Amino acid sequence: MSPAEQSLLAARPDLAAVAQWVARGARVLDLGCGDGSLLRYLWQAREAPGYGVEIEDDSVIACVKNDVNVLQLDLESGLSLFRDGTFDCVILSETLQTIHRTEQLLREMLRVGREAIVSFPNFGHWAARLQVLFGRMPVSEALPYQWYETPNVHMCTLADFEDLCRRLGIRIRERLVLHQGRSVGLLPNLLGSHAVYRCTAQ
Amino acid sequence: MNAPHDPSSVGAVVAQKASFDSPLALRGGATLPSFEIAYETYGELNAARSNAVLVCHALNASHHVAGTYADDPDNVGWWDNLVGPGKPLDTRRFFVVGNNYIGSCFGSTGPASVNPATGRPWGADFPVVTVEDWVAAQARLADHLGIERFAAAIGGSLGAMQALQWTLSYPERIRHSIVIAATPKLTAQNIAFNEVARAAILTDPDFHGGHYYDKGVVPARGLRIARMIGHITYLSNDAMMEKFGRQLRRAALGFDFDIDFEIESYLRYQGDKFSTYFDANTYLRITKALDYYDPAADFGGDLAAALARARAAFLVVSFKSDWRFPPDRSRELVKALLENRRIVSYLELGSPGGHDAFLLDDARYHAALRAYFDNIEL
Repeated sequence: MSPAEQSLLAARPDLAAVAQWVARGARVLDLGCGDGSLLRYLWQAREAPGYGVEIEDDSVIACVKNDVNVLQLDLESGLSLFRDGTFDCVILSETLQTIHRTEQLLREMLRVGREAIVSFPNFGHWAARLQVLFGRMPVSEALPYQWYETPNVHMCTLADFEDLCRRLGIRIRERLVLHQGRSVGLLPNLLGSHAVYRCTAQ
Repeated sequence: MNAPHDPSSVGAVVAQKASFDSPLALRGGATLPSFEIAYETYGELNAARSNAVLVCHALNASHHVAGTYADDPDNVGWWDNLVGPGKPLDTRRFFVVGNNYIGSCFGSTGPASVNPATGRPWGADFPVVTVEDWVAAQARLADHLGIERFAAAIGGSLGAMQALQWTLSYPERIRHSIVIAATPKLTAQNIAFNEVARAAILTDPDFHGGHYYDKGVVPARGLRIARMIGHITYLSNDAMMEKFGRQLRRAALGFDFDIDFEIESYLRYQGDKFSTYFDANTYLRITKALDYYDPAADFGGDLAAALARARAAFLVVSFKSDWRFPPDRSRELVKALLENRRIVSYLELGSPGGHDAFLLDDARYHAALRAYFDNIEL
């Protein structure tokens, strides 16, 4: 692993969690791929070729710089550019909470891919609960925005996400809950600030 | 403009010509017995001959892509903002080839050239040429220059069709295709605009069925109108409103048919200018080349099947304000490339310039092209 990759994984443990579930040579679609760091890592470390989807101009240009395939598209309009079953693995990393049409996107992910990996900040973390209890919208490392400037529109807890998966017929295969880069075993919906799920269709 | 000492300009350049004596069979069934291609080059071909980039031009441009001429220092190449030392398509790294397609009026063999069979200008007898024919001719130019394989071909609009067609006509001879403000085929509306332009030329009394060269006239009125209608489609409504709005050219409305609005004045100026330097026979043929381009046609309309033979990596760029070839058309192309599991990146940029945005030096657009070219291995 190169120093650049190590620093990526140190800075973004959720990406490390995502990466561990991507098989060598898997075909990957990374939705909301940012500057393409994960795709670049997956290509270098796992020889997993893929495409990123991103909407922000500067991120898309960063992807081109990073020499990863990027498609500048709006996730809200679906994944109509991709045929059924094109990918082994579709990743939605720290983006779920910014999506308006959440159900549609989750269904689309499992239409175009065999497996979905979803990570998001946990609104059920005790620090968030405490802030709400004291009458304030939560602001934390995992939720760094003030209510009036946040791109997040659909916050959820682990329990909420798992409910939605059940309702959509999505099967959760694995779950990793994190806080400050460490795995959380006990009371995950209270003590975890991030969650990463590996899902398939039923 | 760019003086010769401007370090980011390629400086004074010299247009060259390559002659080809073996016949070129055209898609329409005709054969050109011989032909010439006008071209310019910038930068140096490296020892491995791996750094050549072909620049393909759109409707009214030429092989003069970058730099100026020693005897005409104000004549700056049409894509000078992109091509030069330290520019996104960096001539310190790449050997850039600008070429003029056949049928043009700027140096390559075209309707105004002498038909060897008659000793007189071809005029109306010059065949209708297509994007595929241009690419075949460009391949001869590549042979002439000793270029086995291009690192990339790049173009906007009609030039993008050539960059795309390279990957289909010569899949092994091109590594990257940069396809900007493009469409894999024209829509009915696109063809309709072209037909209005052609009708303007064909009905000009000075057209003489295309044999006007020896009559001492040109169908300037037709060309003028053709250019005016074309120009409307190159700009976005927003860009036009911003530039001209409803601004008046004179103090008050005239209640006659002279120029009231600035936009009228602008279109007349563009039309007049165009009619002094462009050839009507060329214009007719270019619009047909646009109309006829449809690589999926031989595959029952299945673009993915048509692109199955492409081997290049692609960068596709569209502009949200382009209503001539809007992003939807580029997405069709991207979808077909994805179905073939091609290496492709797609940018949909917010530049306000309309179809002509591909010619402007928008910071993000150029940053993306620079990043892409920088990653091309030599």
